[in-house]
Amino acid sequence: MLTRRIIPCLDVKNGRNVRGVRFSADRDAGDPVELAAYYNQSGADELVFYDITASAEHRDIMRGLLEQVADQVFIPLTVGGGIRNPDDMFQMLRAGADKVSLNTATVENPEIIREGANRFGSQCIVHSIDAQRVAEGSDRWEVWTHGGRVNTGLDAIAWAVRGVELGAGEIVMNSIDADGTRDGYDLDLLRAVSRSVPVPVVASGGAGTLEHLAEALSEGEAHAVLAASIFHYKDFTVDDAKEYLAEKGIPVRKDF
Amino acid sequence: MLAIIDYGSGNMRSIERAVRHVGADYQITIDPAVIATADGIVLPGVGAARDTMTGLLSRDLTGPVREAIASGRPFLGVCMGLQALFTDSEEDGGTDCLDLYPGTIRRFPDGLHIPHMGWNQVTPRRDVPILEGIAPGTNFYFVHSYCAGPADADFCGASTEYGVEFLSVLHDGNIFGTQFHPEKSGRPGLRIYANFARLCGESVDPDAV
Repeated sequence: MLTRRIIPCLDVKNGRNVRGVRFSADRDAGDPVELAAYYNQSGADELVFYDITASAEHRDIMRGLLEQVADQVFIPLTVGGGIRNPDDMFQMLRAGADKVSLNTATVENPEIIREGANRFGSQCIVHSIDAQRVAEGSDRWEVWTHGGRVNTGLDAIAWAVRGVELGAGEIVMNSIDADGTRDGYDLDLLRAVSRSVPVPVVASGGAGTLEHLAEALSEGEAHAVLAASIFHYKDFTVDDAKEYLAEKGIPVRKDF
Repeated sequence: MLAIIDYGSGNMRSIERAVRHVGADYQITIDPAVIATADGIVLPGVGAARDTMTGLLSRDLTGPVREAIASGRPFLGVCMGLQALFTDSEEDGGTDCLDLYPGTIRRFPDGLHIPHMGWNQVTPRRDVPILEGIAPGTNFYFVHSYCAGPADADFCGASTEYGVEFLSVLHDGNIFGTQFHPEKSGRPGLRIYANFARLCGESVDPDAV
């Protein structure tokens, strides 16, 4: 049986890992290479590196970092942040990434998904969406870009469907409302997208407890959970999370 | 020395890292002379069937791959490097493959989330040398939308279930293929490269896995 994935996310700024709280705070959470090795040993199923500076000079730092991680960590690696064209993708994939995560760039130029999928295969193209509920109680979410600063007015579910049509092999759905709150994922959003696309959906934004992870995978119907702060500060290890999910009857990989 | 065939496949560098990590001697090559004299051959692969076959054909590699397999030296095909060994694939409107093993690579049935992406159990159907020391049912990392069957073929070394039971390890004498990515499957995956390298007569670093 296909297991559900737990994916620690490392927000990288200036080559150091930092935590994101509603896209703002900057508390330093350690060296990304060290953290990657630690997560690998504690059972992470994949790792995501998100470059929150995403400028040209930092792309070189990111490439070097990816190469170091890929030399010692033999699980799938995804990189996101500031990737704008197939050449950026190629550089990241060559440095050791297995997938690239596209967010703002897909709104500016949706064809980037198709170009990436055609050149590198759908399995490397992750369509990452930052979504905010338009009003409390509403079942419409809109897509925001530029790290949650610009509202595009696009319907988040329709945008996920469009991304898959263009060739994305996976959707990361990040709730802006829940991000950094540690109050739990937006389960309505996750369920809505999981039922609308044929590709795997990764839940993002809001994990604070192990129960939140279980909810995203059961009620939210997500195939994987992305989490940052609950693991970075070692409130819980990935292994703790897997023990908990296994007790709840959710299939997870424990033979790492 | 292991020859890792370089035909533009996206996972070639990851495979190189894994082979290097286990301490085996290797060369990345498209040179038929190197492939013909290597102690073992690794055929990487990721992405789509047509691209894979075009990549092999455009570099005149189908002959060297066929000769390598016919020679009886250890051979390991990974993901598309496994699928390429079959007769053909449904992918890209139908793609002719190398036809070294009978069967059509088929898309997973509708109703499943595709690609089959993540860690799933690999169940051996017999003793498979590259799986030595790995417990039956160990999880490996998969990412693919098409799969090989049938799982009861005499060259099926191990199978995995995702909506259907499919062939996840091909085993025919010294010829192996994995549908999953050992280079992305943590310690059990590194063990596969170490086992394969040993079959090729390489000494490997016992601390690496």
